[in-house]
Amino acid sequence: MRLTDSIADLGRDALGLVAGLGKAGLLLWGALVQIPRPRKGTPLLVKQIYVVGVQSMVIILVSGLFIGMVLALQGYTILVDFGTEQSLGPLVALSLLRELGPVVTALLFAGRAGSALTAELGLMKSTEQLSSLEMMAIDPLRQVIAPRFWAGFFSMPLLALMFTAVGIYGGYLVGVEWKGIDDGAFWSILQAAVEWRQDIVNCLIKSFVFSWVVTWIALYRGYQLVPNPEGISRATTQTVVQSSLAVLALDFLLTALMFGK
Amino acid sequence: MSQTQTALVEVKNLSFSRGSRVLYDKISLSIPKGKVTAIMGPSGIGKTTLLKLIGGQLTPDSGEVLFEGKNIHQLKRSELFEVRKRMSMLFQSGALFTDMNVFDNTAFALREHSGLPEAIIRRIVLMKLEAVGLRGAASLMPSELSGGMQRRAALARAIALEPEMVMYDEPFTGQDPISMGVLVKLIRELSDALSLTSIVVSHDVSEVLSIADYVYIIADKRIIAEGTPEQLRHANNPQLRQFLDGAPDGPVPFHYPAMDYQKELLGASD
Repeated sequence: MRLTDSIADLGRDALGLVAGLGKAGLLLWGALVQIPRPRKGTPLLVKQIYVVGVQSMVIILVSGLFIGMVLALQGYTILVDFGTEQSLGPLVALSLLRELGPVVTALLFAGRAGSALTAELGLMKSTEQLSSLEMMAIDPLRQVIAPRFWAGFFSMPLLALMFTAVGIYGGYLVGVEWKGIDDGAFWSILQAAVEWRQDIVNCLIKSFVFSWVVTWIALYRGYQLVPNPEGISRATTQTVVQSSLAVLALDFLLTALMFGK
Repeated sequence: MSQTQTALVEVKNLSFSRGSRVLYDKISLSIPKGKVTAIMGPSGIGKTTLLKLIGGQLTPDSGEVLFEGKNIHQLKRSELFEVRKRMSMLFQSGALFTDMNVFDNTAFALREHSGLPEAIIRRIVLMKLEAVGLRGAASLMPSELSGGMQRRAALARAIALEPEMVMYDEPFTGQDPISMGVLVKLIRELSDALSLTSIVVSHDVSEVLSIADYVYIIADKRIIAEGTPEQLRHANNPQLRQFLDGAPDGPVPFHYPAMDYQKELLGASD
């Protein structure tokens, strides 16, 4: 009895997962596969880029600065033992570009913008604003989901680049201004070590994958939630947990594909 | 039913269930053009669900909903959207868009669908707001309005596109006597002035009987009574009487089903 129960549970969970993926796919399909209407769509998109992207900038920039400074300080204390503290530039820049920039930005973005998207959709659903759009013969997928998705998808890679740039500047502050590494050496070694294709393009690819997944999860959780206060709080938690796990797992996968040769 | 006017909406043998719970079992009703039809019943029986079935947001298990003879649930999405431009719904919560002021809320459907120039939209919106007495509140945000004003603003939005039919979902719930009176007056006047077809879903007996032309009473998954308010007042169906009089006990029992009271109190030792 026990065994069959747990097998049945496993089956139910698997079916639920597949059904959820299907629903999430339909949501995205319905929102994105539309004839674009630039005149009405653009203001909606601009507004969402402001809400999702611009309003996330403070947390991203501050975090980037501190992570860059910590990275440089920890790196310096080890490198200085080997007399190679001039390699601090590439250490900071490559860590940020290849891993920390896209990953930490995605995690912060999930916490700041993803949870806000889910909660906002939950509010719109529980106050029947989504139903009311339907009854006004306006497709909520086009009106509400699509602009939020594109805003998230394009904002996050830009935020990741800002995070990385500010992080490198933080590393410069600690390494050059505080610990006295030679200014010219710091920048020239850094510049020589960073490659366009291997580092910057891969950083962008990771960011776009993460932003797709995080925004998608946030919107799906918000659109599907049970419209009451308990449902909204559950859904925002799920957004943060699921998108963080998805980002970390995908990061390993992408790193293996990009650098695992 | 006895009336012979043309029906705008006809519900035929409609069944609907949520999970294992049956909400409607083969109910039929018809909504005549240009009249105020009320659908009443105790809370929790899915009156809102019925409006969503009529509006095509939910699909019934069986049976059909005809809008001017067309089956709502067999229309393509674009055709359904065309039909929905001719109906509108006033949600219980008002459902105003929280990020727009009253003016933009009212103008929303016009801007989306009418293709009219902004100067004309402005005049239409001001006329609709004047009709509900909120022209002065045009620049306020929904959060700055009282509950009654929110519902009036939502009403202005609902009639902005000049629909043929308006569905009111519990318009009187949670309103103070004054705003209740205002809403009763507005619903009746709009219906008469624009010869609007109205469906009012509610459990506020006296308000509904005062404005409805015809009333359906739903309980236990089916229609237990129908008729003009006058006919209902004189009906002697016990279930109907309990509902209209608000008697605490009757065919709808006061007690949730339970085992025998004495047995449960005294039999705790075994």
